[in-house]
Amino acid sequence: MSAAASSSRGERGLLAACVFAVAAPLLVLSVLVVGVVVQAAPHLDLEFLLSGPSRFADRAGIYPAALGSLALIALTAALAVPVGVGAAIYLQEYAGRGRWARLVETNIATLAGVPSVLYGLVGLEVFVRAVGLGRSLASGALTLAMLALPIVIIAAREALRAVPHELREAGLALGATRWQMVWQVVLPVAAPGILTGIILATSRALGEAAPLLVLGAVVFVSDPPTGWSSPFTALPLQVFQWASRPQEAFAQAAAAGIVVLMVTLLMLNAAAIVLRDRARRRGA
Amino acid sequence: MIALRPRIERLVEAGLGASAGLSIAATALLVVTMALEVTRFFAEVTPAQVLFDTVWAPLFAAPRYGIWPLLLGTVVTTLLAVAVALPLGLLSAVFLAELASPRTRRWLKPTLEVLAGVPTIAYGFFALTIVTPALQRVLPDLPGLNTLSPGLVMGVMITPLFGSIAEDALVAVPNALREASLALGANRLRTLALVVLPAARPGLRAALALAASRAMGETMIVAIAAGPSATMTAYIAQVGLGDVPAETTAFRTLFVVGAVLFALTLTLNQLARRGR
Repeated sequence: MSAAASSSRGERGLLAACVFAVAAPLLVLSVLVVGVVVQAAPHLDLEFLLSGPSRFADRAGIYPAALGSLALIALTAALAVPVGVGAAIYLQEYAGRGRWARLVETNIATLAGVPSVLYGLVGLEVFVRAVGLGRSLASGALTLAMLALPIVIIAAREALRAVPHELREAGLALGATRWQMVWQVVLPVAAPGILTGIILATSRALGEAAPLLVLGAVVFVSDPPTGWSSPFTALPLQVFQWASRPQEAFAQAAAAGIVVLMVTLLMLNAAAIVLRDRARRRGA
Repeated sequence: MIALRPRIERLVEAGLGASAGLSIAATALLVVTMALEVTRFFAEVTPAQVLFDTVWAPLFAAPRYGIWPLLLGTVVTTLLAVAVALPLGLLSAVFLAELASPRTRRWLKPTLEVLAGVPTIAYGFFALTIVTPALQRVLPDLPGLNTLSPGLVMGVMITPLFGSIAEDALVAVPNALREASLALGANRLRTLALVVLPAARPGLRAALALAASRAMGETMIVAIAAGPSATMTAYIAQVGLGDVPAETTAFRTLFVVGAVLFALTLTLNQLARRGR
């Protein structure tokens, strides 16, 4: 490294500051992880995973919340993925550069920057009250789908954009229609990138508590959801509920919930990043 | 050719176009919802009551709607977060873009990206149970719920986001500029300070605006560690807990605060888009 070998004192100072800046957040995060794991340790066992919430902190578990999160994420993905990938294909392969395309594009960029808590307000007003779905799994999934939609679209577009143009031209030159070309040539090449986007959007929705909080989904729920209209709770919500209680024992339960949530999310994100980097190295 | 195109082609295109249209519908829902409730709110409350009062107490028997305390809380936590993220993010961007060897970059960049996946509820819990007690040892008068601790933790949260976009801005500076500066005898430090950073300034500004917007909209950290009416987002989250009956003026304040938050973050995001 030439910077390290440099004789200038200023450069060495800069390098030291940079290393500090990179290390500091990582250090803070290690403290966070260690602190949370230490708090969680007395509470984290198989029983915690398999039992429901309880008035007695030492018996409280995350089973209904974990299943609630799972159902919520499955429904969210089922809603956001087809629409998001479809919109991305339309923008990248069909829309051209007209006024409509630019409008949709600006709109998606705007949606991507909306604070998640505001989707909760929309969900409360539209899905819970106007449509009459109540504080159900369906309301939660529709709300989270709105949040995940721009993330899926942006990631899928990026994956489609990376597909070399020659492949499209070759497909069309062989007599394929546009959709045949997209379906048989472009999508297979773009698939790993699209999948990465889907994983990232899902993990984002899995970790979100704010919109669900606003929907009013923080009721005491002791059973896993049974259908789209049943009330539900989710992991981050359960953690929030425990964390807002004053008793030490509930803080332990919250910490244990955070450990489960973080392990799941970090695995998802790591998988997405590995997948993307591998796809990039193949040159897709 | 177009006349020969099978019907299925047109069906597919219509379906894909409808998907794109749904994203417009999402925005429309957002804007209409806000506009509707804000209009209803101002049928009951005058703008003066919102702008010329300094107390926010919409749930009291004699309600008051001065929005300034909420705005102040949001501005304070956002500025604290930016004060942490600006130096840390900028220096890590400089490290990754200008100083680190390709081998270091290859493992460091994904590691920092994984950091962005930590759920905000974990950061909130961290602020409440670890950072606040630690700060109280230095500042004994600091209350258990405060804006200092969540502001600082939010800074750590947005550092990877800011750092990653700032790095893109530095990488986008043409190498010829660096080489010209080095050829004129400037060392790397002077080149960085006098050539690279000024050239990357629009991109860096965009990164900052985006990071600030993310901090401004962050909810769970402040809801857990700052308390119910500390910021705009904390207020929305707390009142969403279900103790405000619908169709009341208090319920509409949620949307008024939401609309202000929407306008502020949208402005920051527009600034960011112009810079990129």
